[in-house]
Amino acid sequence: MRRRVLPGFGISFGYALTYLGLIVLLPLAALAWKATGIGLHGLIHLLSGPRTLAALRLSLLGAVMAASINAVVGLLVGWVLVRYRFPGRRLFDALVDLPFALPTAVAGIALTTLYAPNGWLGRWLEPLGIKVAYTPVGVLVAMVFVGFPFVVRTLQPVLASLERDVEEAAESLGAQRWQTFFRVILPMLAPTLLTGFALALARAVGEYGSVIFIAGNIPMKSEIAPLLIVQKLEQFDYAGAAALGVALLLLSFVLLVIVSLLQRWSNRWAERAA
Amino acid sequence: MTLELSHLNRRFAEYQALDDVSLSIAPGEFLALLGPSGSGKTTLLRILAGLDYPDTGSVLKDGKDFLATTARERNIGMVFQHYALFRHLTVLENIAFGLRVRPWRKRPSRAVIRERVERLLKRVQLDDLGRRYPAQLSGGQRQRVALARALAVEPDMLLLDEPFGALDAQVRVTLRRWLRELHEELELTTVFVTHDQEEALELADRVAVMNNGRVEQVGSPEVIYQQPATPFVCEFIGKVNRFLVRRNGDRLSAGGWMPDGDPWQGRFTEAVAYVRPEQLRLAVPSSQPAWEAKLRHIYLAGSVAHLELHVDALDQTLEADIASEDLSRRGLHAGMELRVAPRSAVLFPREGQGATLNQERWIWHARSPVPA
Repeated sequence: MRRRVLPGFGISFGYALTYLGLIVLLPLAALAWKATGIGLHGLIHLLSGPRTLAALRLSLLGAVMAASINAVVGLLVGWVLVRYRFPGRRLFDALVDLPFALPTAVAGIALTTLYAPNGWLGRWLEPLGIKVAYTPVGVLVAMVFVGFPFVVRTLQPVLASLERDVEEAAESLGAQRWQTFFRVILPMLAPTLLTGFALALARAVGEYGSVIFIAGNIPMKSEIAPLLIVQKLEQFDYAGAAALGVALLLLSFVLLVIVSLLQRWSNRWAERAA
Repeated sequence: MTLELSHLNRRFAEYQALDDVSLSIAPGEFLALLGPSGSGKTTLLRILAGLDYPDTGSVLKDGKDFLATTARERNIGMVFQHYALFRHLTVLENIAFGLRVRPWRKRPSRAVIRERVERLLKRVQLDDLGRRYPAQLSGGQRQRVALARALAVEPDMLLLDEPFGALDAQVRVTLRRWLRELHEELELTTVFVTHDQEEALELADRVAVMNNGRVEQVGSPEVIYQQPATPFVCEFIGKVNRFLVRRNGDRLSAGGWMPDGDPWQGRFTEAVAYVRPEQLRLAVPSSQPAWEAKLRHIYLAGSVAHLELHVDALDQTLEADIASEDLSRRGLHAGMELRVAPRSAVLFPREGQGATLNQERWIWHARSPVPA
């Protein structure tokens, strides 16, 4: 066995495993166990219901779209914060974290106030035929809001460590600006960008507090899966809530695995030769 | 192509990076920009590459304004100090980059690109490493990839920023020779920046020595070494002994040693003299003026031995270099007394304690060089 500077692989690995088991896996196992109470027949009935399907679709599709928007906007904000020096930069930087700090219900109320037909923004959007509050668009807005800091915060250190001479090399070799961005900068950022995307995605799928205020919760239209779960809980249908939870969890897991595979592919150059 | 740089000035917030720099670069020549860090050599290189611009001054390429051309249109191959390889691309993709980003009218076909990249890989002796990523290469290999990438666009001029700075001594010497051969083969105008005088003298056709944003001297390595134009060039290039020479009646002397002749005809009372370690004679007959010196230490460094000699008359320690095999032949050992005198020297007059008058430089040689 090779000598290491910091010993104790055995004990630290064991501890990490136990901790992961207690904090993450045990509750999930309990959830799955609870879900079995509904029976196979009940499960199929539940998941094939059009209302359930619509809610799951809105939750997952909305989350993917929100995370995509955040990836683009987050990259832009991170770029501005890292590359440029301007008055108020620190304040700007601090503001990025606000969606983390705000209780989500408060965020929901704030967004609803803005986008309601008589709100500050809704008032102007309404005549243009754009309805945000009480529609799927509102769900998207709330999901974008809560997921925003993830992409910025994961990208910032990587952006800061990008070497300027690589861009200069590209320019000197004859690359146009857009070529430098798409062929050099973006591929180097891709693994980190995907990490931020995955975090924002996970956050948006699970988001409840801010979404329900702005969504209006119209069944089949603007109702998200977590809300359905809460409704089942309120009707003391614990097994049904758990089953729906498991379904949401599995679908999110599939999405995250796909993102993770993409990330490994985009990061293939960082793997060292054996 | 001929480049004519005239009166370039570049100021950064706290210091003057270039101070009235003029220089011409001839087609096919191998030019070294040599100087300590902060001397402005990298700034000058970046201006040639189009990555920086002077505040005032002009750069003409064959008579046309070169500064009006953007970096991407200058057709220059640049090798960066830390190579600046695209770490997400394989070696092959790195080398092909400059060809692939061309607008499709000028872009060679896939087959042509592949053929050219393969040829370059062979040239830089990395035939089997094309599929590797930069992270899987050693420093010397990365350096050669950077060079191949710069050459792939068939540039008019090659610029290298401290090309061997990050490599260990052995790889450095090998790559240096290899680069020199490559230059002779391609006859490509090449400018490289270095702080290593040995590297500059060994590689370049012409060396521009820079200090504090100014060009102190431009010339062939022989001229730079044997006829340094300023005290800075004397001290920066190679090792050198420095001592003061004062006027004593109608002759100049330093601790009993006197250079014969006086080109200044009594105008200056003081001069700074520089003598290279290999230009010190160790056993001067008593009929000739010399210093009584005590041999303090002998440092054997492979083929050369460095001798530390203390001269009481100068109250100074001088260094002399001789071939190591001469040590025992002459019976030299620490503690012995020797009569020492310069074989040649470079002298710069001074007015009082003031600055040296570099245009009054005097290169002195002993009249009858007696083999020591």
